[in-house]
Amino acid sequence: MAGDSGDGMQLAGSRFTDATAVFGNDLATLPDFPAEIRAPAGTVAGVSAFQIHFASRDILTPGDAPDVLVAMNPAALKANVALLRRGATILVNEDAFSVRAIQKAGYQQSPLEDGTLDGFTVKRVPMSSLTTRAVEGLDGVSSRDAQKAKNLFALGVLSWLYDRPTDVTERWIRGRFKGPVGAANLAAFRAGWSFGETSELIDVQVKVDPNTDVAPGTYRNVNGTEATALGLIAASVKSGLPLVFGAYPITPASDLLHALARRHDMGVRTIQAEDEIAAASMAVGAAFGGALGVTCTSGPGLDLKTETIGLAVMLELPLVVIDVQRAGPSTGMPTKTEQSDLLQALYGRHGESPLPVLAASSPGQCFEAVYEAARIAITYRTPVILLSDLFVANSSEPWRIPDAASLPPIDPRLRTTTSGPFLPYTRDDNLARPWAVPGTPGLAHRIGGLEKADRTGAISYDGKNHARMTKLRGDKVDGIEVPDLEIHGEADADLLVLGWGSSYGTIRAGARRVREGGGRVATAHLRHLRPMPANTGALLRTFERVLVPEMNSGQLAHELRARYLVNVESYGKVEGQPLLPSELEQEIWQRLS
Amino acid sequence: MAAPELTKADFQSDQETRWCPGCGDYAVLAAVQAFFPELGIPPERIMFVSGIGCAGRFAYYMDTYGMHGIHGRGPALATGLAAARDDLSIWVVTGDGDALSIGGNHLIHALRRNVPVKILLFNNQIYGLTKGQASPTSERGKVTKSTPFGSIDAPFNPLSLALGAEATFVARTIDTDKQHLPAVLRAAAAHDGAAFVEIYQNCPVFNDGAFDALRDKRRGAINRIYLEHGAPIRGVVRAADGTLRLGDDGEPVVHDAHREDPSFAFALSRLSSTPDGPTPIGVFRDVQRAVSGRDLFAELQAARAGATDASLDALMRSGDTWTVS
Repeated sequence: MAGDSGDGMQLAGSRFTDATAVFGNDLATLPDFPAEIRAPAGTVAGVSAFQIHFASRDILTPGDAPDVLVAMNPAALKANVALLRRGATILVNEDAFSVRAIQKAGYQQSPLEDGTLDGFTVKRVPMSSLTTRAVEGLDGVSSRDAQKAKNLFALGVLSWLYDRPTDVTERWIRGRFKGPVGAANLAAFRAGWSFGETSELIDVQVKVDPNTDVAPGTYRNVNGTEATALGLIAASVKSGLPLVFGAYPITPASDLLHALARRHDMGVRTIQAEDEIAAASMAVGAAFGGALGVTCTSGPGLDLKTETIGLAVMLELPLVVIDVQRAGPSTGMPTKTEQSDLLQALYGRHGESPLPVLAASSPGQCFEAVYEAARIAITYRTPVILLSDLFVANSSEPWRIPDAASLPPIDPRLRTTTSGPFLPYTRDDNLARPWAVPGTPGLAHRIGGLEKADRTGAISYDGKNHARMTKLRGDKVDGIEVPDLEIHGEADADLLVLGWGSSYGTIRAGARRVREGGGRVATAHLRHLRPMPANTGALLRTFERVLVPEMNSGQLAHELRARYLVNVESYGKVEGQPLLPSELEQEIWQRLS
Repeated sequence: MAAPELTKADFQSDQETRWCPGCGDYAVLAAVQAFFPELGIPPERIMFVSGIGCAGRFAYYMDTYGMHGIHGRGPALATGLAAARDDLSIWVVTGDGDALSIGGNHLIHALRRNVPVKILLFNNQIYGLTKGQASPTSERGKVTKSTPFGSIDAPFNPLSLALGAEATFVARTIDTDKQHLPAVLRAAAAHDGAAFVEIYQNCPVFNDGAFDALRDKRRGAINRIYLEHGAPIRGVVRAADGTLRLGDDGEPVVHDAHREDPSFAFALSRLSSTPDGPTPIGVFRDVQRAVSGRDLFAELQAARAGATDASLDALMRSGDTWTVS
């Protein structure tokens, strides 16, 4: 579904998604919106699109080449037509194809008339005028309301075309909009559905049966941001620690601030800080006070937080840092995705400043990933970086809701007593130091960024002590227990495709296609980037060829070569868009032949 | 509950103090340690947060909870702590470089938010720890290692800056004034909200004598203009055009620290921009305004107390769900 930024395509897309999820299909989505809040209306730069891929079987990605495009204006058509599968169906809002709009989109003449769309099935639907007619006569509805409702008309048509349940959407419309606007939206949605049913223009209705191959349980649809918010709240509830979340607005991480800011009912305290540095510092200050301190940002903000993260390494206090990665150095492409902060997360601090790094592999998995990040931070008294990205944050998929009771326990083990003088830099079996919070009598102590004497935590410039502390900090991080890397597919396949982060689904889908074609390929996915699973090096060596696809120029490949002296092949992509199963399939075949 | 009787020794940590001989910080530390028992707050409920610079070491010398943070970030660290805990007495110790240069942003926002922290700014008009560069309070023309031809930049007036940042409590005192310093600390501690205290502090190595006009017994007696709420301000008059002036040519002025409108306190702060002549000392402004997060605390605490597996389950299952059996 593509239209102008103001056309409500994201809203229509997310409604279609919810209906599809409730119906029981598996699905994955990909929103794609412009960086400009309101780019000039009708231009290609201002096109906002929402892609959904759904089926009655396991869905791994939002898909590469869509089968159906809804184009609300000529610019939307122009921006998306090249992505379509040959023979795809295009539903256009015919009313929007005025001479002026056609020129604004950069066409010389109407693409509906000049043969541009030969090879596609084009359905011309006068959506604007049909919507206007559908809402005519409703009390208090202006012509502006009518025009704004055309996205729901389009949603109605699509809902009929794919036989989606209408009650989910209608309930949502009633809950969300009141008065004349609600009435107009409802009328537009129903008119679109009826148009699909009665108009002979749309001659096929597609039935996609519910997915029967799913684990039993209760499901909901989540995007990565929602799952991350829930995971943080879960970690707060299960650890009994208040969640203090400091953030500074930045695309695409701000949505997590928005999601958490609403959760006073779960005791969440959010602070919109004066800058990225303060946001991280507030989380560290809160952690000293016995809270689960969390900060969230994107690349440019991670640069600024670096100093504070280094302090947390030295203080050995729990801190969760979420980096929703976006494309490019400096401001780069804020609304486009990339996985290019890996080496920064691993190494981007001065001194030797080790910390655990995790990555989220799918929208729903963000819950588990951030929960695990919090558990590690609290257990090992260390800052942890969780790498997410714009794609995984904004995409959505059905998520099997865990039972709160089944979540792994998180025990903060706050120190409350001491025999003899309190030594803040002694260590437990995990090499974690005691966490004693202000208000605890007898444990008053001072910590800071200066090097600590082992055990006492006193300021120390002693070289031998510094060497010992450097080693202790490194050993602590590398001693964190992480699950072994698992192979999906045959252990003696001709090629292993190893990925990390949000490309999980794409890699699985690309490899599945190759296997269906008879190719012998296995996959594995890293969720822990430091420490890596203990079997990583050995496992890589059992394969003759290893391919590492990433949305960067080969950062994981670099790390694997350095760490394990293995020869892995890199496939990098930095186009601001997620990897596609079709390109993965092609890359894999190239290496198998 | 009767608080146990505390003494100065209860606030002295076992760390050896390491400032240069004659440093004004010793006097401030001694005054603070002597003053704290009077608050009746047990040491474990007190937190000192500092940044980087000579003043930053302060946190190590108080036998309370403490954090020696990173350059300029003290107010941000303290804001986070205050967001997590409302049962602590939180003090930030900072210097002119730390608070006004690298940490300027955090200072103004902590004051704007009215975070319940007490900020002690040790102003010696020089960078000491990095060995003698010009600071944001160094006077124009000052020759230092980094300004061999004289500083070309205008200095900040820290009190004017704090008032511009909507500070609810603004005061100034002097490191060696054994009566006035504790009196100002007492007022800062009693203030509900953010308190900003500038302490003129002598650096004997890199900027010796910067405050002699005030610290010196004879000259100080002339130059110190003590501010006392409700009392006439010695040596300050309201001129015919309505402005505050030093001198005696005009109407006497009575100090009003509780005036909502900050322009009076601001006018007082402008009477001296460098401390080499008559200079007001004391509490310039002390007003009430909503304290950051105060109203939220009870609500969030109650919510947390009720947060169980059941409420987590309910949250996770909110919205449209479906069940596969």
